[in-house]
Amino acid sequence: MTLALPELDENRPLSLPLQAERTLPNGLTVIAIRRPSVPLVELRLRVPFAKTDLARSAVLGQTLFSGTSTKSTVQIAAELQTVGGGLGAGIDPDRLLVSGNSLVSGLDRLLELLAEVLDDAVYPDGEVDTESERLADRIQVAQSQPAHLARVALLKRIYPGHPYAVQTPSVDEVRAVRPEELRAMHAERLHPAGATLVLVGDIDPEQAVELAGKRLGGWNGQGTQAELPAIPDLVPGPLLLVDRPGAVQSSLRIALPAVGRTHPDHAALQLANMVFGGYFSSRWVENIREDKGYTYGPHSVIEHSVAGSTLTVSAEVATEVTAPALVETLYELGRLASLPPSEAELEQARQYALGTLQLGMSTQAGLAGLASTYAGFGLRLNYLAEHSARLAAATLDDIARVARTYLAPAVSAPVILGDAEKIQAAVAAIVPVQVESK
Amino acid sequence: METSNIQIPRTAYEVERFTLANGLRVVLSPDRSAPVIGVAVVYDVGIRSEPEGRTGFAHLFEHLMFQGSANLEKLAHFRHVQGAGGTFNGSTHLDYTDYYETAPSNALERMLFLEADRMRGPRLTEENLRNQIDVVKEEIRVNVLNRPYGGFPWLKLPPVMFDTFPNAHDGYGSFLDLESATVPDAAEFFDRYYACGNATLAVSGDFDPAHARTLVERHFSDVPARPAPARADFAEPDLTTERRESYVDSLAPLPAVASAWRVPDPVNDFEGYLPYMVLAEVLTDGDASRLVERLVLKDRSVTSVGGYIGFMGEPFEVRDPTALLLQSHLPPGGSVDKVLGTIDEELDRLANDGLTAGELARTQARLATHLLRETDAVLGRALRMAVLELQRGNPGLLNDLPHAIASVTEDQIRAAAATLRPQRRATIEVVPGGNQ
Repeated sequence: MTLALPELDENRPLSLPLQAERTLPNGLTVIAIRRPSVPLVELRLRVPFAKTDLARSAVLGQTLFSGTSTKSTVQIAAELQTVGGGLGAGIDPDRLLVSGNSLVSGLDRLLELLAEVLDDAVYPDGEVDTESERLADRIQVAQSQPAHLARVALLKRIYPGHPYAVQTPSVDEVRAVRPEELRAMHAERLHPAGATLVLVGDIDPEQAVELAGKRLGGWNGQGTQAELPAIPDLVPGPLLLVDRPGAVQSSLRIALPAVGRTHPDHAALQLANMVFGGYFSSRWVENIREDKGYTYGPHSVIEHSVAGSTLTVSAEVATEVTAPALVETLYELGRLASLPPSEAELEQARQYALGTLQLGMSTQAGLAGLASTYAGFGLRLNYLAEHSARLAAATLDDIARVARTYLAPAVSAPVILGDAEKIQAAVAAIVPVQVESK
Repeated sequence: METSNIQIPRTAYEVERFTLANGLRVVLSPDRSAPVIGVAVVYDVGIRSEPEGRTGFAHLFEHLMFQGSANLEKLAHFRHVQGAGGTFNGSTHLDYTDYYETAPSNALERMLFLEADRMRGPRLTEENLRNQIDVVKEEIRVNVLNRPYGGFPWLKLPPVMFDTFPNAHDGYGSFLDLESATVPDAAEFFDRYYACGNATLAVSGDFDPAHARTLVERHFSDVPARPAPARADFAEPDLTTERRESYVDSLAPLPAVASAWRVPDPVNDFEGYLPYMVLAEVLTDGDASRLVERLVLKDRSVTSVGGYIGFMGEPFEVRDPTALLLQSHLPPGGSVDKVLGTIDEELDRLANDGLTAGELARTQARLATHLLRETDAVLGRALRMAVLELQRGNPGLLNDLPHAIASVTEDQIRAAAATLRPQRRATIEVVPGGNQ
């Protein structure tokens, strides 16, 4: 019995949700988006936070909600819970991001509590001490995780001299952070100028913007801003081998150059990356997982940061097949850099890129994440429609051209974390190797 | 000061149920607010059903369901889903195995075709079996062997708590057992457990129900009828004396501990079970919860504490026997005895003194947010409804869960806390063997 694969029905066009936007006199931009699928609201507050001390900003992220002049950590958490809410802060080299949600009927209270913390966080001595110790413990655990160690080595290799080169503070640095340093950093950097508040949910956008203005309009706008220099050009070179004695797998990473979301090559590069290894039905994944069984979850992604973009290829492979996995990876990169893909491969990648845009917009949390991330790059949700059009227009020639420019082994910076004694000789037979000095 | 209780909202997802002549149970839940669909097929077989000497087989077999079927070459499933703009996966649990896709709604019929084709039977070949054994071994290396705290506590605690093979064994499997797997084993496993009478299909999202029903009938009606096997009884008696074990994790830099207590039957005693779900949150959800406040913020005897029901953390997708788990990571040199003693003390305090004003209501409000958020994604809804249909014949329960949670009373929480005694507890301790 042979059955034919059903054709796809006509696609529904991408439609953007109802939204409202206003920049308050204190500099805070508020974007409210209606997605009434569940009676909740998602909140994202993105504050530029570049060029801040690594350890202090990390601890600040852990203690922003640790108390105000009138409320303790526990009281803040309890009051948020009362409206089904929760808020937390995270830090990266570009920004501080407050993320949270609540029952939609609790939006006003959620904003009120957020405003109170932004105006009046006190970083109590005891809580700062507790949270620094917790963070130090977590960093110690991270240092035993191969994925973390491989990332640390890769960042150091590809961003020399740039703030992106080191993104995790040391345990000692974290333990040395003092509460007064956090209070000073908050006063200096946690201000609304350049910040974006995104609200998504079962809301009336105009009313939500109005409410946010009322609650956050008094947030003080004084302070300074900082801009990062652009990331350095990726310098290709020998494979950096980082020893992890006894490792049963090797962590393979390859950095390649990439471009930002608004660059004319971006859509074509996204598609070329998919054809190479950016989704399951790619050449590389079908090769090293489904044909060879070298690995479980290989992936290849373009990472966008404010100061620049980088393409990163990642796989955890069995120690004994480290060199062959590297060979197949370089082969697939080189094949795409030297020969155009087939029309069918391009169409499949294009449909996946377009479809996953629709999926990403279909939840409140997904929309909130997209709107907040885009805002950090000066973009709005209409970028989705523009990007869709560029994906739809990309040709085989475009793919071949960007693959040669960005995906060529000759422009790559490879790193492997693994048991050097077992893998070095075989890997050195494929590419020049430099062993990380201790 | 806490404000007055907030109203817990209710969702109103439509639910249509029917059963095909071959025994396949179907749930349709239309929601046209976004042009996407979720498709979930769930089979009533999981880790607890795999045969002795074949640990990890349910999961290995899940991989084989992606390796081609009558009308699909190897790799075709992946390409057809992703080439339609969708994503796919499958996962193996204690009591069920799921297969799912989410995609733009114009791909609905294609997704149904793909699931129906493998429901008729996967292509089981020696080459695909050997390839997927290699892939699964790499999965286990990534998730268990090459990282600190691998398999803690979900693989490490069941053998302490349980005595029978179905409940106690390692669900990821030993390399020896995995390598011993054969194609006839796989064929037999499919014949026994992957009958359409032993499965449910749930479709949620952007479709017209009448049209979707036509499509479901078109693709699934001719799957040969095979009856569901009788479900084995996995019951074990409760513990009457404390059990405690430890192991050295050579990669872990810091100590950790997890304890579990048996809870009432999640399916047959839902009323008795729900208070334990709320209790886990009262104890561990956020900085205002009992154990975070005491252990993390006040005593600093742990750096994190979590509480949940079911070894795989799926309170509405697990059958009896199951447990409430509390797990903690400790600072350098931390004392596990002290942590366990403090937990006992806090449970006593809760059982004896009850909750503070507003404590139950705020925990229930936050739980409502968590539940609503999980089902906002069209696929989250399809998966939960497929399992609710499979295990309870009641996918519409999804709409009622926030209110069911909100109806749990303080007396029920106190009574639940009172049952978490040391003599009913199974504990596993991680002794750090890594760089300290």
